[in-house]
Amino acid sequence: MSHLPILPILIPFVAAALLLLLGRTAAPFHRTVAMGAMLLGAASTLALASEAGTGAISVYALGNWRAPFGIVLVVDRLAATMAMLVYAIAIPALLMATGGTDRLGRHFHALFLLQVAGLSGAFLTGDLFNLFVFFEILLLASYALLVHGGGAQRAQSGMAYVILNLVGSTLFLVAVAFIYGTLGTLNMADIAIVLPNVPAGDLALVRTAFAILAAVFLLKAAVLPMAFWLPHVYSAATPAVGALFAIMTKVGIVSLLRLSVIGFGTAKATQGLLLPWLPVLALATIALGTVGVFAAKRLATIAANLVLISSGTLLFAVAFADGTATAALLYYLPHTTLATGGLFLLSGLLAERRGELGDRLVRGPSVGNRAMIGGAFAVLAVGLAALPPLSGFLGKLMLLQGAGSGAWKTIWWGTLLLSGLGVTLVLSRSASLLFWQPETPFPSRPFGFGPGLALVLLVVVGPALTIGAAPVAGWARAASEQLHARDPYVSAVLGDGPDTERERRP
Amino acid sequence: MEILIALSIGLIFACGIYLVLRPRSFSVVLGLTLLAYGVNLLIFLGGGIDRVVPPLSLPGATGLADPLPQALVLTAIVIGFGMTAYLVALALRTLGETGSDRVDGAGVDGAGLEADGSEDDRADSGPDGEAPR
Repeated sequence: MSHLPILPILIPFVAAALLLLLGRTAAPFHRTVAMGAMLLGAASTLALASEAGTGAISVYALGNWRAPFGIVLVVDRLAATMAMLVYAIAIPALLMATGGTDRLGRHFHALFLLQVAGLSGAFLTGDLFNLFVFFEILLLASYALLVHGGGAQRAQSGMAYVILNLVGSTLFLVAVAFIYGTLGTLNMADIAIVLPNVPAGDLALVRTAFAILAAVFLLKAAVLPMAFWLPHVYSAATPAVGALFAIMTKVGIVSLLRLSVIGFGTAKATQGLLLPWLPVLALATIALGTVGVFAAKRLATIAANLVLISSGTLLFAVAFADGTATAALLYYLPHTTLATGGLFLLSGLLAERRGELGDRLVRGPSVGNRAMIGGAFAVLAVGLAALPPLSGFLGKLMLLQGAGSGAWKTIWWGTLLLSGLGVTLVLSRSASLLFWQPETPFPSRPFGFGPGLALVLLVVVGPALTIGAAPVAGWARAASEQLHARDPYVSAVLGDGPDTERERRP
Repeated sequence: MEILIALSIGLIFACGIYLVLRPRSFSVVLGLTLLAYGVNLLIFLGGGIDRVVPPLSLPGATGLADPLPQALVLTAIVIGFGMTAYLVALALRTLGETGSDRVDGAGVDGAGLEADGSEDDRADSGPDGEAPR
């Protein structure tokens, strides 16, 4: 058994522990350790992806306990993609933080590494309770990262965020308790086997349990009735943290996708659990995000509302859970995550160069370093507003064609296109407020090495995903086919042997 | 027995939910603690209600209690404890920073969250980025 699947989790964990043990040492040392761990972790996810690219599903049994009794990490194409994406957003975010925000409080790097470990773990695990544990790791790190830098607004939105997520964790545990109590297993592949044979008396309980679980994932993904926390929280965080948070909503979305495809299948207990209310909520979330974009007074708030829109867009594709929709989703997801992350970074760099005005959208002298920041903004905005020719447009086109069916199609096209129009309007208005002003511009400031590189990395992603659209879309399609085939996943985890003998409850 | 336990867990949850919905941080913390108790009981009893059955296969034991919920509940207790401790610390810090222990954002210097926020943000993300303490 290769130990590769655990490395993306283990490397940041060990580095974080090391940094905590060493305590107060010089900032360059912390930065070096953190960045070294990030690069090592990224290399390990690349190795995982090349392994998964052959179509193999590697299973890592922790402590060598066999599934379904032990906990397993499962690396298929989807998990490998998401693990890569975690590092792809975390490295620029960390580079941005080396610009100085990492010195606003203690232990920034350790917390950052813990969050990355939690995120990778949540994408790689094949066990529901282990998923809960990784959720808690990433949440606890995010609680502390959010209030990093201090200030009343961060503390206040931190309170709301922590309380909301604690309630979410409690609900997660309720779901886990019911699922274990009725199905006797928490392993995703095992659930796929047990679920079709639930005795009639337990049907309602099982259905309730999965509905609660779906609600928890939707809370993390910020879907409409549970979405109002996100703009406040994300825009209050420091830009580097906001960029890293851009991937947190995706944890909920991908977990729901995996559970609904692998776990639910066509089992009677969960038949039609997500339809028709999930598409409705997803569309409403897109609408809310669009209204939020119009109402935003700061660039960071626009970025936060764009996270809402992308959540809604992706969840609409999850709701229908068919192959083409999932393939489109997997192409669009990296783009939207990295582009919103880029906008968070940009809002930070912008705020540093507009003096008192910060990143607020008010008339004033235009920003310093106009060519670089303006150019970056233009590329990001084209991607975010899904205008041709960049990857945002391609992704949305695939989603428009792939997701929804029948009557849904009309509403889906209408909502997505109108929302795109709204985002275009707001972003061009912001551009004229920020960059096209007659007064003498603010003085330019040199970019630090870290923040400059971070911005470049996130800006070139859009063009890169466009030029490499064919291989990336091919990868997404292969990942979607592998996920929807279900059987390879289940047999990789549980083996092909006869069904495991287990005790039956009276 | 099942009915009694189910009812008591339900009662704990009801109290917890009521307290979580209160506007001040102290009652919210109490409510979350109650919810954590309720959910711990729920997980623990997810393995079935039984008496005098060991969780290990000891010589002479006739049955075997499900050991997994006990492992799960231990993890859940530890995580819940850590989270609650963090929440209490954060609540104290919020009280220090804003002078209010309300969790709904009302009553902070008589202003809403948004108006209040932009002020702080300017101070926070200034060129030096030094946060006010």
